[in-house]
Amino acid sequence: MRFRVDIRRREGLSDPEGVTTRRALRDLGYDAVADVHFGRTIYLDLDLDADDPDAATADVAEMCERLLANPVIEDYDIEVVG
Amino acid sequence: MKVAVAVFPGTNCEHDVTHALAGLGATADLVWHREMSLAGYDGVVIPGGFAHGDYLRTGAIARFSPIMTEIGAMAAAGAPVLGICNGFQVLCEAGLLPGALIANRELAFICRHVHIRVEHADSVLTCDAEPGTVLRIPLNSYEGNWVAPADHVAEVEDGHRVVLRYCDAAGNVDHASSPNGSTNSIAGLVNDAGNVAGLMPHPERASDPALGSADGLALLRSFLAAVPALS
Repeated sequence: MRFRVDIRRREGLSDPEGVTTRRALRDLGYDAVADVHFGRTIYLDLDLDADDPDAATADVAEMCERLLANPVIEDYDIEVVG
Repeated sequence: MKVAVAVFPGTNCEHDVTHALAGLGATADLVWHREMSLAGYDGVVIPGGFAHGDYLRTGAIARFSPIMTEIGAMAAAGAPVLGICNGFQVLCEAGLLPGALIANRELAFICRHVHIRVEHADSVLTCDAEPGTVLRIPLNSYEGNWVAPADHVAEVEDGHRVVLRYCDAAGNVDHASSPNGSTNSIAGLVNDAGNVAGLMPHPERASDPALGSADGLALLRSFLAAVPALS
């Protein structure tokens, strides 16, 4: 089973890459760009004995809390994609 | 007066730190990250570098190295624990210090001497320093920009846990001109008990006039003065 984890800086916390990229886009004339947020996408392939997406999703959430994301400054979403 | 200097794969400042601590009369031993026991050591330093290649996030993998369990126990027991640069990042990831260190505001690696001001002397990092003193110490990092949710920042400020702030040569703090965009110009802070400290600048690289500055000695001397066996 394949999981997609999207991790991003929590809104309101400084995001230097986002700020710099917004500036670059506005310099190119895209004045509508109000904000840019960077994130990271991780794909996880899990070998599961039983096909129990809920239990597996809970495991992935635990992986996010413990290692994949920094819960102090980041939020994440988990999606089953295959 | 025995200090363990933790070495992870990718750590690269361990010899500088042990040299500086030895020069101040301490016994400083390199201890590999897989070591499970720190029995006999009075304090721990996590030096700078790129522990575990800084993969995923700085310090994210290192916090699960076997030695971190014992460092956490020593921190809880009140022993002096110091994280320098990458070591600061590891201590934040481990939850032993608040907040996190993200990319510098200008997205540039900063490698130059900066000025930092000693905020108070009530910590393991500053107990032998004079409050208000301006130190000139090298900064050498890409992810030195300390951030935290607003309530965590308030806790740190209200608890007087900021021990070092970036400033100009005269000691004036100006958040807009801080070198890396760090929240409230924070360069170094401590935990609630004051025995676990982290800072981004490298005091060991300012430990001899031949290096261009010996200002870091005040901080390293403070750390050693805080080791119970020494005091």
